Amino acid sequence: MTPPMIEFRNLYKSFGDNHVLRGIDLRVNRGESMVIIGGSGTGKSVLLKCVLGLLTPDKGQILVEGRPAEQGDRDAFLARFGMLFQGGALFDSMTVWQNVAFRLLRGKLKRPRDEARAIAIEKLRRVGLKERVADLYPAELSGGMQKRVGLARAIAADPEIIFFDEPTTGLDPIMSGVINKLIREIVTEMGATAMTITHDMSSVRAIADQVAMLHDGKIRWTGPVGQMDDSGDPYLDQFINARAEGPIEAVR
Amino acid sequence: MGLISAFLAPIGHSTLALLAAIGRVTIFTGKSISHIVRPPFYLREFLSQLLHIGYFSLPVVGLTAVFTGAALALQIFEGGARFNAESVVPSIVAIGMVRELGPVLGGLMVAGRVASSVAAELGTMKVTEQIDALVTLSTNPMKYLTVPRVLAATLAMPILVAVGDAIGIMGGWLVGITKLGLNSGAYLKNTVDFLESWDVTSGLLKAAVFGFIVALMGCYHGMNSGRGAQGVGRATTNAVVSASVMILTANYILTTLFFSS
Repeated sequence: MTPPMIEFRNLYKSFGDNHVLRGIDLRVNRGESMVIIGGSGTGKSVLLKCVLGLLTPDKGQILVEGRPAEQGDRDAFLARFGMLFQGGALFDSMTVWQNVAFRLLRGKLKRPRDEARAIAIEKLRRVGLKERVADLYPAELSGGMQKRVGLARAIAADPEIIFFDEPTTGLDPIMSGVINKLIREIVTEMGATAMTITHDMSSVRAIADQVAMLHDGKIRWTGPVGQMDDSGDPYLDQFINARAEGPIEAVR
Repeated sequence: MGLISAFLAPIGHSTLALLAAIGRVTIFTGKSISHIVRPPFYLREFLSQLLHIGYFSLPVVGLTAVFTGAALALQIFEGGARFNAESVVPSIVAIGMVRELGPVLGGLMVAGRVASSVAAELGTMKVTEQIDALVTLSTNPMKYLTVPRVLAATLAMPILVAVGDAIGIMGGWLVGITKLGLNSGAYLKNTVDFLESWDVTSGLLKAAVFGFIVALMGCYHGMNSGRGAQGVGRATTNAVVSASVMILTANYILTTLFFSS
């Protein structure tokens, strides 16, 4: 049997007295788009950062295709991933095309500068940006354009696994729709495995194959997006219907 | 008993915090040095930092040096007059500049300009997740951000100080011939005759160490910056203060090593 692309086994992570993850068990299969939902501060970003080695779990295991994430060649491991950060995390001192082609300008994936630029422009076109944007600096772009550049950078080296950290936060509904559509299209055409973190229910419905709800440091519910509305789980119902009353305390 | 522990507890906490900070800085220093000698090397980043840290610091170092040299000439002339020793002005200005004032004041001025900007830049990169982004793009932030800055500052600082020394000596000469009535040719001859190569070399070695300290403190505080604008502000202040204190401490230690026979 093929192992899942990413598997979390009994994962724990605390920051001082704040026990953020308290035994996470979750499987994400190859080519699947998993969306993780949950309130602010429930540890969704921490989960992704643990996979990438930006944070070290206190206990438990993360397996990527059956192999522990922390073992083996670190560069080769990270080369399999692309990530779109919440605020874009574009490098201010570089132009847009240099941001997108960052991986192609240095390290093991290094290519000639002209070739790297051509790939960057192609990726920018893929996310709906024109060539003239390539020579601008991130500060000259709107929030929506920065997100698109971040998306282009995430897919520039054709990764197998892509993480999206709150891809529509801070965008207007139309731009959110555009980003959601792009993410869905790109993940499908690349055949990549995707994990997305969001509070935005329109994103969940547009992007997800599977949904997992994180609450109180554990996976409260997981299943196909089509079953989300009929789960019968009071926590999930309260969250997806944006109700103030329910088992989830409004003041945390 | 309770009163004694209430008095001693804060001292204990502060001591432990200080030791922990020293430990963290030591580990950071060790990591930085180990990354300097291991590939990959980012030449483009290094050259860019050389320009930012070295070339763009020239005006501030030059201005500091010229006024320090000029003031030093005035002071020594006034002081020397008490012993009829006005003629020592050129040699003392030169020795004072190249051994002590050039590297120390240059180091402090560069600490103010460079440690703050490095800490603010890296601190902002940290809070906007740009450093995390570097990691996900298979790039080690220590190699890509810290090594070019530390190396550039260590190499640029002696050059800056050498230029500053020359400008400082010229500042003293200018005051000497225009205000103190000293002979121009005799001033320059005195300067050259009394200055030894070790005076210059020791000052430049100090400058290299100060450059290393400045960039290291900027990078350390920037990469360990707290969240938000307040975190970046605190990192910037801490970088300048710690770099300045370390420069003055290192100056005493190096002076003892170089000149106590």
